Amino acid sequence: MTETLKQTPTPSFLEYQGRFKGIFAWIFSTDHKRIGLLYLYSMLVFFSIAATLGLMMKLELIAPGRTIMGAQTYNSFFTLHGITMIFLIVVPGLPAVFGNFFLPILIGAKDVAFPKLNLFSWWIYIVGAFIALSSQFLGDGPPDTGWTFYAPYSFKTGTNMLPAVTGAFVLGFSSIATGINFIVTIHRLRAPGMKWMKMPLFPWALYGTAWIQVLATPIVGITLLMVVLERTLQIGFFDPALGGDPILYQHLFWIYSHPAVYIMILPAMGVISEIIPTFARKTIFGYTAIVVSTLAIAFVGYFVWGHHMFTSGMSGVALYTFSILTFLVAIPSAIKIFNWVATLHKASIDLQTPFLWALCFLFVFMIGGLSGMVLGALSANVHLHDTAFVVAHFHYIVFGGTGFAFFGALHYWFPKMFGRMYDKSWANIGLAIFFTGFNTLYLPMFYLGITGMPRRYYDYVERFHGPNIVSSMGAMLMISGLIILITNLVRSARHGAKAGKDPWKGKTLEWTVDSPPSLENFDEIPLVTQDPYDYD
Amino acid sequence: MTDHAHIDEHRDDEGAKTGMWIFIFTELLLFGGLFIVYSIYRYLNPMAFHLAAEELDIFIGTANTVILLVSSMTIAMAVTSIQLKNKRLTLILMGITVCLALAFMVNKYFEWSGKISHGIFPGSEILHQSSQGEILFFGLYYAMTGLHALHIIIGVAFIAYVMWLVKTEDVKHDDYVILENSALYWHLVDLIWIFLFPLFYLIT
Ligand code: HEM
Ligand SMILES: [Cu+2]
Repeated sequence: MTETLKQTPTPSFLEYQGRFKGIFAWIFSTDHKRIGLLYLYSMLVFFSIAATLGLMMKLELIAPGRTIMGAQTYNSFFTLHGITMIFLIVVPGLPAVFGNFFLPILIGAKDVAFPKLNLFSWWIYIVGAFIALSSQFLGDGPPDTGWTFYAPYSFKTGTNMLPAVTGAFVLGFSSIATGINFIVTIHRLRAPGMKWMKMPLFPWALYGTAWIQVLATPIVGITLLMVVLERTLQIGFFDPALGGDPILYQHLFWIYSHPAVYIMILPAMGVISEIIPTFARKTIFGYTAIVVSTLAIAFVGYFVWGHHMFTSGMSGVALYTFSILTFLVAIPSAIKIFNWVATLHKASIDLQTPFLWALCFLFVFMIGGLSGMVLGALSANVHLHDTAFVVAHFHYIVFGGTGFAFFGALHYWFPKMFGRMYDKSWANIGLAIFFTGFNTLYLPMFYLGITGMPRRYYDYVERFHGPNIVSSMGAMLMISGLIILITNLVRSARHGAKAGKDPWKGKTLEWTVDSPPSLENFDEIPLVTQDPYDYD
Repeated sequence: MTDHAHIDEHRDDEGAKTGMWIFIFTELLLFGGLFIVYSIYRYLNPMAFHLAAEELDIFIGTANTVILLVSSMTIAMAVTSIQLKNKRLTLILMGITVCLALAFMVNKYFEWSGKISHGIFPGSEILHQSSQGEILFFGLYYAMTGLHALHIIIGVAFIAYVMWLVKTEDVKHDDYVILENSALYWHLVDLIWIFLFPLFYLIT
């Protein structure tokens, strides 16, 4: 029996025929690679919806007064845009798609520790997504609180908050399940010889992320549950009329949601740490520093939530403490930037598309991080809080950081995932348009914020008109770039030239297996003897 | 083996237990959020919390504490007896655990319905005429013991499922990690109650 198994080549995970056929072979598959792709496809759908909403908001803002929608519609648009982008895309994003697909392969395992739990987490994700999106169609109109669900408005507003909050709550379980799965996988399933300090940096980043997912998500879970109970039963947790304290809500919310921004950004940093050595053809500079700073970010990130509440009322001591700690988190982030740049020094760089994405990442992430320092300073924050400046800052970090890393990862690992190459020139053209559009869209918002334009308004006074036109044009340009990018990838997944095992000449384990990988990744579990980025 | 079986079958008891421990930790954090809220409001309304706590029935609370402690013991004994290859005893002990859990729920039912018949429940007329501290106390009381009761129900379902596995011998003396995990979960449910009990019934 085993003889015949050896002779027939193992099918690739894309072709494998199991117990189920057609779409069921996917939605009931416990194969980590298929689950990764399931997440990818679902996110593509949600992303298109949310990006369209974003574009519509920019069109509304192209001129003062009502342009294409009224105030209430605008409110519900930024709410759904925020909820979708944060809870359905950037928070689960990189771990769910690329973590699922590549974590086992990168550490030399055949699957994650709990494959069934993994499939289950995708199902919870889909159920949560549908609950959240159903808020648009049921009851008394779409929610309008913004993705932060601030009390007491979130239980006073007549709109349909319940499904939105419940959906976010359910999605938290999906996140926790993935986190537990990854922690146990990394502890138990590393291939023989892969000591902790021989592990590639993307798994390290996922490891730090998984701990944040596990430790922070329950807090927001219970907070959202309290909002649900408040709305249904009038318990009074956060209602001043019943003795509750709305500021307490903000604390509980940000205790999760600041660490959550590191759930978003750590895996992105991990991706960049994979891409850069591959195309610099050099060992990453300061592997240990990157690992330590990853863990440091995960840790210090827990103590800075107060910087979202500088204007909410806090004691002076608390203000200073949160401000100083906020500056402290910037240090490990900057260490990574130095490591990446130092890796490029005297390297023989291969300018492939994924590498260009990594360069663009460095550029926008730096702008995002530096503007974060501006917001972390108390006096500046009082002026800039709740202005377009904040919107520009977090789009540079979340979209510029996580989003760019996501597309970078997609272009880096695409040949491995689908076994085909994409058209390089279209990919680069798409990137150029997207990158130009991105900066045209968000740079003016820094200026708008400094000159006083508040966020979350559908209207503005005439003096903000000019920069808003530029910004809206940028949005259209950026969306065109996105369409080019995605079309190119979708086309190439079917028609691209066949990719070999190692199109980029990478050194990590995923480049030793077939493209696309066979069902169980490795015929034999590899024995790891080298460091992950052993180019010299 | 006609086609390639997927590696679902791979078995790692140590890993399964690590996963369960992390999950239990997240559950503790979930309740932790409520404990923070409780302590803050208790600190702000010491007098009202004191008065409201006196209205709870210490007898039922104590009875339920004893019930849960005993049930924790019986499930722990079930884990030992499966190792001793005693399937019958395992099933009996697990059965007792489930019965004790149901007894807990019956008590809870009488306690809650007693309160509700006196008009003390979130959003009620009577409660809205009392002080804000009392509104908060009873709000927290219903939310926290309610969430805990939900965990009891989940725990009972979990244990019942494992009983079935024991019966079909999918769980036996050399493969019983899921029974251990159900026991761990049950200890967690017990542990949370050990915190809830003094917070609501004893400190006055
Ligand atoms: C480099 C270090 C960072 C610093 C110093 C920083 C600082 C800040 C500050 C002070 C605010 C509050 C602005 C206000 O007054 O409303 C803020 C908001 C925000 N930040 Fe950051 N941040 C950093 C990194 C990140 C990262 C990595 C992400 C996500 C990946 C992120 C996402 C956000 C988001 C989403 C908001 C808006 C929250 C809202 O809706 O009000 N930030 N940041
Ligand atoms: Cu923050």
